[in-house]
Amino acid sequence: MADLEELYREIILDHYRSPRNRGELDSPPAHRVEGFNPLCGDEVVISMLVEDGKVADLKIAGSGCSISQSSASLMSAAVKGKPVGEVRQLISTFKGMMSIHEAALEHDHDGDGSDEPVEIDLDKLGELAALQGVVKFPVRIKCATLSWNALAQGLDEVAAEVS
Amino acid sequence: MAVTPPAGTAPLNVEALRKDFPLLTRTVHGRPIVYLDSASSALQPRSVIDAMTAYYETTHANVHRGVYATAEAATALYERARVVAGRFIGAPSPAHEIVFTKNTTESLNLVAHSWGRANLRAGDAILLTEMEHHANIVPWMILSEEIGGLDIRYIPIDGDGRLALDDLDALVDGVKLVGISAMSNVLGTIPPVARVAEAAHRAGAIVVVDGAQLVPHAPVDVTALGADFLAFSAHKTMGPTGIGVLWGRAALLDAMGPFLGGGGMILDVKLDSFRPAPPPARFEAGTPPIAEAVGLTAAIQYLSDIGIDRIRAHELALTNHALARLDEKLGADCRVFGPPAGPDRGGVMSLAYRDVHAHDLAQVLDQFGVCVRPGHHCAKPLMRKLGVQATARASLSLFSDEHDIEVLIEGLLEAGRLFG
Repeated sequence: MADLEELYREIILDHYRSPRNRGELDSPPAHRVEGFNPLCGDEVVISMLVEDGKVADLKIAGSGCSISQSSASLMSAAVKGKPVGEVRQLISTFKGMMSIHEAALEHDHDGDGSDEPVEIDLDKLGELAALQGVVKFPVRIKCATLSWNALAQGLDEVAAEVS
Repeated sequence: MAVTPPAGTAPLNVEALRKDFPLLTRTVHGRPIVYLDSASSALQPRSVIDAMTAYYETTHANVHRGVYATAEAATALYERARVVAGRFIGAPSPAHEIVFTKNTTESLNLVAHSWGRANLRAGDAILLTEMEHHANIVPWMILSEEIGGLDIRYIPIDGDGRLALDDLDALVDGVKLVGISAMSNVLGTIPPVARVAEAAHRAGAIVVVDGAQLVPHAPVDVTALGADFLAFSAHKTMGPTGIGVLWGRAALLDAMGPFLGGGGMILDVKLDSFRPAPPPARFEAGTPPIAEAVGLTAAIQYLSDIGIDRIRAHELALTNHALARLDEKLGADCRVFGPPAGPDRGGVMSLAYRDVHAHDLAQVLDQFGVCVRPGHHCAKPLMRKLGVQATARASLSLFSDEHDIEVLIEGLLEAGRLFG
């Protein structure tokens, strides 16, 4: 069960059992965005308050599997209080980690996964790096990225409202 | 509908039958595969794979076109598949009434498109059930949008996952069509289709039966069911992917317009018009799935040689055993949706275990070599009704045995430990 332990690391199970920043903020003023995985029905609802160029507060609601929900919880802890620019960078680093497998598939014509991995600075991800085991389970990548795509969409929508 | 096998049906020799399936010899994560996902797609016996290979190696040509020997032979094999598929479901006139499609979904879309467009108008009512697969809901919604609004009603399910039919006459009153699954792909429920069809016909409605789950696992006779259309898929019937079956009553098919346009479905084409061919060719535009039809023939032959009655008896007994074992080993931690063990239940078990999400259950089970389907099973209205986002579904086949159930339970217990 070595693969399973790599997927379900203790920190993931901890965030699944005790999700951080759980709930919803009043909207308005908070901006509300939903992420939805039509394959499995997982859903995540993010309400976020963007003030002074920062994600001043955010809360996570919704339900789904351990990977989608722990990823959302880890994300909330990582981005709360951070400047929007930094959050966008984190989104892109996280999604980079999750696309390692895809990149490998594109390069690796033998399908043996032996190709050079894409360089991602895992140090920048802190606790989020615990989710890297997911890339070995391609179907679950969508679970892990669900909340991140919703967050990116939310930030775009907030930016569009402001401009 | 109670599908009770005749008394004294000889039991299957499962150990011997398992040897017919090449895929069952492989291992997954170092463990023998435990295939409990036949409701999603069945495995193929060697005879199906061999028939398709032999066809490609000795016979392949396009059908209904060439006059050379192999083209004649390919055409004969393709048309034979129609008769074999039709006889399997008791079609009165198989050569005329069996239409080959891509799968059950396409068959139901064909009915919505061709029968629906010719016979339904804005404001007309149709009746579906709350346990339909999306394939028997969404095509009707698409049609509804196109023609300016259908009144789509649903037969509710009761607490046991059976159709609530107390007010059947009121439910069918005024509807033009009843769409009903002959066996739920989530609950395993085998509803009394014949009773519903009888009421529907009295009310002047036609009856479209989704046979995807029942046809591969129990004896089906379209006349006894009272169906006007019935759809099923080869790949759930131990045949190949890429070919589905639509049976329709000849008079209905004759009065329907074409589905897809192209070669093979016409009598004549001029620069400004075309005349469609008679059924079934009218509904089969383009080169059809020929090798797949050969595979379907072999699959039906395989099931018929074993005896669909015996298959049903085996799966019914194993379902009863599995439900009892799950209860015995896991108790209230494991919830199985659908009716209790009995003759109106097929070998489909949708599980919820403690509060472990179905995706996580399926992931842990995979490490035990167990293949189950997690998710909403393309039946989201039903999942909402059941109050769950997803279930892990284990489904049985003629090659399933008691050992498979023990490995399933072992995996569920491990998931409980991991997420407990």
